[in-house]
Amino acid sequence: MRCGWITVFPFAGKLSMGRIFHNSRVKEAAGDRYGVLAGRCCPVSSSAADQSENGAEISSFQSPADSHHDWVGPPDRLSNLRPMKFYTPKLESKLEQELRKLRMATQVWNQNFWLNQNVTFNKEKEKFIHSRLKAKGIGLRDGEGRKNTLSAEEMAEFYKDFLDVNYNKHVNYNKEWYKRNFTITWLMGRVVLQNAWRKLRKRKEVEQ
Amino acid sequence: ARWRRAVGEGGGAGKEASVSDTETMYSVLCRLLPGRLGVCVFETLQKVTIIKQFPKVIVRHCRSGNHEWLTFRHFTIPKCQYVTKVDKGLYQRAKPKAAPSALPFPEKQPIINDEAVVRSVQQIPAIPSHPSSLEENSTTERTAMAGDNETTQDIKEAKQWKEMKVQLSDLPGIYARLSKIKLTALVATTASAGFAMAPVPFDLGCFLLATFGTGLASCAANSINQFFEVPFDSNMNRTKNRPLVRGQISPLHAVSFAVACSVPGIALLTLGVNPLTGALGAFNIFLYTCCYTPMKRLSILNTWVGSVVGAIPPVMGWTAATGTIGAGALLLGGILYSWQFPHFNALSWNLREDYSRGGYRMMSVTHPLLCKRVAFRHCIALIGLSTLCPVFDVTTWTFPLISLPINLYISYLGYRFYRDSNRNSARKLFFCSLWHLPMLLLLMLTCKKSLFENENVVHHKVQTEMQA
Repeated sequence: MRCGWITVFPFAGKLSMGRIFHNSRVKEAAGDRYGVLAGRCCPVSSSAADQSENGAEISSFQSPADSHHDWVGPPDRLSNLRPMKFYTPKLESKLEQELRKLRMATQVWNQNFWLNQNVTFNKEKEKFIHSRLKAKGIGLRDGEGRKNTLSAEEMAEFYKDFLDVNYNKHVNYNKEWYKRNFTITWLMGRVVLQNAWRKLRKRKEVEQ
Repeated sequence: ARWRRAVGEGGGAGKEASVSDTETMYSVLCRLLPGRLGVCVFETLQKVTIIKQFPKVIVRHCRSGNHEWLTFRHFTIPKCQYVTKVDKGLYQRAKPKAAPSALPFPEKQPIINDEAVVRSVQQIPAIPSHPSSLEENSTTERTAMAGDNETTQDIKEAKQWKEMKVQLSDLPGIYARLSKIKLTALVATTASAGFAMAPVPFDLGCFLLATFGTGLASCAANSINQFFEVPFDSNMNRTKNRPLVRGQISPLHAVSFAVACSVPGIALLTLGVNPLTGALGAFNIFLYTCCYTPMKRLSILNTWVGSVVGAIPPVMGWTAATGTIGAGALLLGGILYSWQFPHFNALSWNLREDYSRGGYRMMSVTHPLLCKRVAFRHCIALIGLSTLCPVFDVTTWTFPLISLPINLYISYLGYRFYRDSNRNSARKLFFCSLWHLPMLLLLMLTCKKSLFENENVVHHKVQTEMQA
């Protein structure tokens, strides 16, 4: 029985804060990258131009031209958010365009926030550890070259600090996120109704 | 070196409801890594896991000979990195117990409510067949697929992109994860325990309606919770495989599902049981989604709110049976309320880093002293509440006596946690809480004040009236 063995235990100890990242992350856009998905070759999609302004940094992935759906990618290495490629229908209504643009903008906004959040957190954590180790007179690495760490209690001070210092930032983010989330969902609902109405009208016309 | 590891009490094998939806067989490394190395890996893994008990490793096959291999069903190590309510449920199921032993995991703990805990341990076919298949997990890309030498970085990357097209066949699994079905089942069990403890003759129809209605309400609440928390869930290891995070369904779909659960659920409770139960259900949904969920990032008071959320289902069960909120209902709710604190505070103690990074304001991070105090306080409170049960005719006086050992034990662990406040003591307290509550509820059920006494009196009264 063949089975692909996945790295089941990537978090021995407390390595990566539990994050399982991909080693590969296509940030470097190569113009004519092709993905082979289920045997299909993916040429440049029609919506690439639209998305390049907003989402090019996220990935160079191009969804297949014959796909009528959005595509969701692997989690970003730094922000842990999954990028999405939004489908642009040929006859996109104003509402659909508004929705798509809002989703793209939210994606960028979210990506920026979490990237910044995670990077800052890790940086400050390292800084904190360094300063504490220095104060204790211990080097950054022990005799065997492994990084010296602080105890959970010592780290707790940093965690508390981080939360307190960033409180307003978090609160503002929450407010903004809830607003965007609701608006996107509301627009989605309207788009669904609009499409349903269109279909119904077409059917009526065909019958007549 | 040959080795045969007879691990696995196969605890609760009969009740592997949690396994059923992710029935995957894992060929352990020992197939690929011969003999002793396999043992070493296995032993290392055992050390890695946070969970002390390791009952879930069920050895299905263990052949001697050249092809020794162990096939694990439901290998829990990846799950165990962060213990979840699901794990609690699993451990609970590991103990043989009669229904309804309730694990009223309050939905207030989203961090640990990851139903899709069995993450990356999946078989992947050599060629991924379906882009939107649930089986695939992007984390699988980390390892080269066995025997597939042609995967380049690009192709691998591109393969990780999935079309957001919902397949009907995937929906049940998606909905199960969206509604945190295991947690929901536990909440419903709590409600049924509340129903069973009510001092009225047992009405099966009402019982089923109440349980089912509560379950639906819980589904709805959990779905909305996930709808709100997508970016936060993405950043926490335990929750990053939720359907909305993975993009398996759209936010609109999740909201529609929530509405489709809550409306019938509350209607069922209001019309099929009684309006009070329906109101409580609606209130609980509101409390969980609109109070607890946003508050997690605003103030440490979220823990108290969440404890109330967890306390309401048994009250709902009671009101379903009796129609009123009696002292017994409040007592039952009180026991569940108190239980939340040692449970959650101990768990959150070891997750401080993730909470901090995710911006969650939890006692364990911002007010560690308070966290320990509260946990210990409520362990003691459990003793007091158990003693009050017979006072209010919920149970006989046997109950405080037989529950004293377990209550004292959890109080002792609470004290150790208060005093030592280290990883170990937190873990011990948490694990104790996992079995403590179902045990307590079970004991309560066995000590329920019998109706027989009351019925006799009624019968006698009727007789005398007839004679007169």
